[in-house]
Amino acid sequence: MVERFDAIVVGAGPAGSAAALTLARKGFSTLLVERARAAGAKNVFGGRIYAWPLFEILPDWLKDCPVERFVTKEGMAFLTEDASLGLTFDSPRLGEGRAASFTAIRAKFDAWLAKKAEAAGATLIEGIRVDDLWRDSYRVRGVVDGDRDRVAADLVVIAEGATSVLVRRAGLKADLEPREVSVGVKETVELPPETIQDRFQLGERDGAAYVYAGYASLGLRGGGFLYTNKGSISLGLVVSSEDLSRKKVEVQELQTKFRMHPAIQRLIKGGKIVEYSAHLVPELGARMMPRLVGDGVVVVGDAAGFLINNGYTFRGVDLAIASGVAAGEAAEAARAMGGMSAANLAAYERFLRKRNVLTDLERFAKAPLYLKNERLFGVYPRLLIDLAERVYTVDGTGKERLLDAALDEAMSGDVPKLRMLLDLLKGARSM
Amino acid sequence: MTHPATPVGEKRGLRMIVCIKQVPKAQELSVDPVTKTLKRVGVPSEINPPDQNALEAALRLRDAHGGEVIVLSMGPTSFEESLERAIAMGADRAYLVTDRALGGSDTVPTAHTLSEAIHKIGGYDLILCGEETTDSSTGHVGPGIAGHLDVPQITYCSAVEVEGDRVRGTRMIEDGAETWECKMPAVVTIDFGCNKPRQPTLTGKIRVKRGGLVTHWSAADLNLDPAKIGLRGSPTIVAKVETVQLPDRKGRIFHEEPAVAVSLLLDVLRKDGVIPP
Amino acid sequence: MSGFAHEGVWVFIEARRGALRDVSVQLIGEARRIADRRRTVLSGVLPGWKVEGLARRAIEYGLDRVYLVENPRLETYLSRPFTKVMATLIRKYHPEIVLFGASKNGRDLGGRLHAVIDTGLAADCVRFDVTDEGYLDMIRPAFGGRSLAHIHCEKHRPQMASARMNVFRLPPRDPSRTGEIIRETVEITDADVDTRVVGFIETPRHDVSKIDDAKILVSGGYGLRDPENFAMLEELAALLGGAVSASRKPVDSGWVPKAVQVGQTGKTVRPDLYIAVGISGAVQHLAGMQESGKIVAINHDPKAAIFEIADYGIVGDLFQVVPELIRQLKASKAPPPVPEIPATTR
Repeated sequence: MVERFDAIVVGAGPAGSAAALTLARKGFSTLLVERARAAGAKNVFGGRIYAWPLFEILPDWLKDCPVERFVTKEGMAFLTEDASLGLTFDSPRLGEGRAASFTAIRAKFDAWLAKKAEAAGATLIEGIRVDDLWRDSYRVRGVVDGDRDRVAADLVVIAEGATSVLVRRAGLKADLEPREVSVGVKETVELPPETIQDRFQLGERDGAAYVYAGYASLGLRGGGFLYTNKGSISLGLVVSSEDLSRKKVEVQELQTKFRMHPAIQRLIKGGKIVEYSAHLVPELGARMMPRLVGDGVVVVGDAAGFLINNGYTFRGVDLAIASGVAAGEAAEAARAMGGMSAANLAAYERFLRKRNVLTDLERFAKAPLYLKNERLFGVYPRLLIDLAERVYTVDGTGKERLLDAALDEAMSGDVPKLRMLLDLLKGARSM
Repeated sequence: MTHPATPVGEKRGLRMIVCIKQVPKAQELSVDPVTKTLKRVGVPSEINPPDQNALEAALRLRDAHGGEVIVLSMGPTSFEESLERAIAMGADRAYLVTDRALGGSDTVPTAHTLSEAIHKIGGYDLILCGEETTDSSTGHVGPGIAGHLDVPQITYCSAVEVEGDRVRGTRMIEDGAETWECKMPAVVTIDFGCNKPRQPTLTGKIRVKRGGLVTHWSAADLNLDPAKIGLRGSPTIVAKVETVQLPDRKGRIFHEEPAVAVSLLLDVLRKDGVIPP
Repeated sequence: MSGFAHEGVWVFIEARRGALRDVSVQLIGEARRIADRRRTVLSGVLPGWKVEGLARRAIEYGLDRVYLVENPRLETYLSRPFTKVMATLIRKYHPEIVLFGASKNGRDLGGRLHAVIDTGLAADCVRFDVTDEGYLDMIRPAFGGRSLAHIHCEKHRPQMASARMNVFRLPPRDPSRTGEIIRETVEITDADVDTRVVGFIETPRHDVSKIDDAKILVSGGYGLRDPENFAMLEELAALLGGAVSASRKPVDSGWVPKAVQVGQTGKTVRPDLYIAVGISGAVQHLAGMQESGKIVAINHDPKAAIFEIADYGIVGDLFQVVPELIRQLKASKAPPPVPEIPATTR
């Protein structure tokens, strides 16, 4: 006897759990299937979640959500081998209201959100991998696990993450090209909360989120990040996988060099590295989005490529949650229109736009490409730092004005003036 | 106590009861110095691997002949984990006989208790057990159940077949493979490693989540005589556990490159007289 | 069973295809010691058909008496008839102790019997003793062979135990020894013969006994990676005059038959020399070979557990070490090279 559900959500990460929660609340019998032993166990991210979508689906999320620290300090720094030029922005308003963001531990957060989906009525099954879609020519009828086991559903929500296999099986995306994927690597460095608060000048519940450019990735395209959790620091890099293979560098090597940079060492000194993880990160935003719906199927979260990396911040989890909710709403609309056909599910796009998921992705679509500009990772940081050194060096040999120094640096660099100007403009427009 | 076997028809199929035990997974077992029984708390558990083979054998018979697979266990409530896993693997339902009074049972009250539970379930064609457990490794419970229920037994089977009202088991014994045949109901014990147990499926896990498939029975539910169960009903006790005194081995390990290391090794083995000069 | 004075030590004598099973004979030696400690008679129980000669033979190994139960229906071992024989005789004569060899049939029998007559049974014992109070101390391995558990059956009688195969040495045979043969009749009805043997495929002899008796064993583990690589172990074993055995993983993977498996779920062996090639040294494997005379381990991992119980070892790539061993052994056996006749000088 084949088990049946109205909807099956594959993957209990933030996108999947948000979709399952929404579907269950709208009266769909929902199965939420996670391949890891526990939701979140296999999920990795840099460290920060923008909370705005939570207000809508779980108004009292603050009560029991496993928040590490609310981010009230944002920072950006350019690095050369031993120098850093940074900017930090400190404001109590950063952690307030709907703009709030917080650092989190995925194993805890994902488990919490999956539990909420369960509480809403979804059936959560962990430890089972869905191997394929059950299909009738093009219409999806359910899922297959192992050799023969099938569970039927009118709608399958693919929330498998960046390495989704089902998206391809559903005929919704061509194989990932290396250009489209970066490698994210992260270390968790344990430090006492008081030390963290001391070094970053934070209150007990406050946190910092920093991004790094330049030497962080040894000139390879990418960037570093640092997030403060309650009793640990998440430190890592997102690097172009194409560059890694071209320059034959191991990502662990990069991470170690990054960690050993004086600017980083100052912040994590005395800490104990307790975890190392790596994960694929979909890049290229809107440019690589798969088709999002098919007959009986819809794609959410990282599997749909919903990630924004615009150089000063990474957004993935909030977009994932918002897309999950949108998928639930699309299912409800499709049900009203008579069934889970691709045409009826096209409402998904509408709901994504309503939440600015697609809008933001499209707006920042150029950012990843822009960030592929190599000069950003080597030449420009060096230029800025050399400039800073000139400006800040007072040794009695006569001081020049900032503008003169800047122009001089710019001209002595290898980059033609016109190109620099264009780069500046492009950057300004895409970010 | 016995039931005349109903012939295997297309509709009815086989009613099979698989007796399973939950055992510690790791090899770091230790003994409680007071009761001298195995300490089971804090170590990850699994279904006794030979019982997994027994369950798989039963599921294959159900695949071939239809019917139902019931799993039965005697133990603390933590054994539910294994019963749920068995259902996730494909069993239809499960019974757990659980009661404080059953603690410390050796194979006599265990066989007795399981037999009473089997009797209460009733209508069975085949009872399957793993050949022995990895923690106690006696192999007594399967034959003990057969003795209590007064039914035929075929032990150490690597293959089990059913034809009509008969079951055939091929026993892996020391000098070969011997096939026995008898009428059902019967007890068969299954040779460890003779098949590849299947993985839990999504459907199986859904059925477990839905609940209602595991029934708990207490000693009272089975009308068990307190004198015949638990430590009290166990003729044997573990009087003492001693660590093994193994000969102190010298442990000369050679790290040189192969040619040199081999030469040194052969020298020393010849000197010891274990290989000819 | 209370109310009777229980006396006597019994050994279940298993006859198979016209011969006494090794384990039964091994057990006679050990049981003799127990019976002497208890100052009592040592009897064997031999159900079978046309086995009187075997009964006399069994006495030559040390029994005082044999209860001979002959019936064509007992020609080959079957659970219910044999259980009935043992139960009937036990109820009639009230022995204090009954021992079985832990062959598969012995365990099949003991398991059923102990439930039917409601007494304790300790399985797979490697040693026996008698306590000061006169109980049988039944000693068996526990926890992968790192511990020994002492089992007592204080109140129920008879005290029963099965003895692990090939642990106890064969006792000497004394052809001049005589004893009592008591013929017992136990009715075996149609209903008792509830099972029948419908087929038997013998394992080739050499597979069966090879590793039990070998003085030198070359044993392969998962480190060999491929079934073909066992060929080089065969070559090494042949050069040493030994046999090839394996740990569990090669057997599970189907590379070698189960008959050559050494370990807790395989066989216990005690060769003079045990060479473990590509074996990590899991506790269950050690349980099967830890009493070998000398243990040599060859493994690429210096931290492998096998090195902890090895007398000698080589840390290295077995795919280099084993061929090197073969090469050097061959070289030592080869006749010395004929010296070259120098070219004549002018």
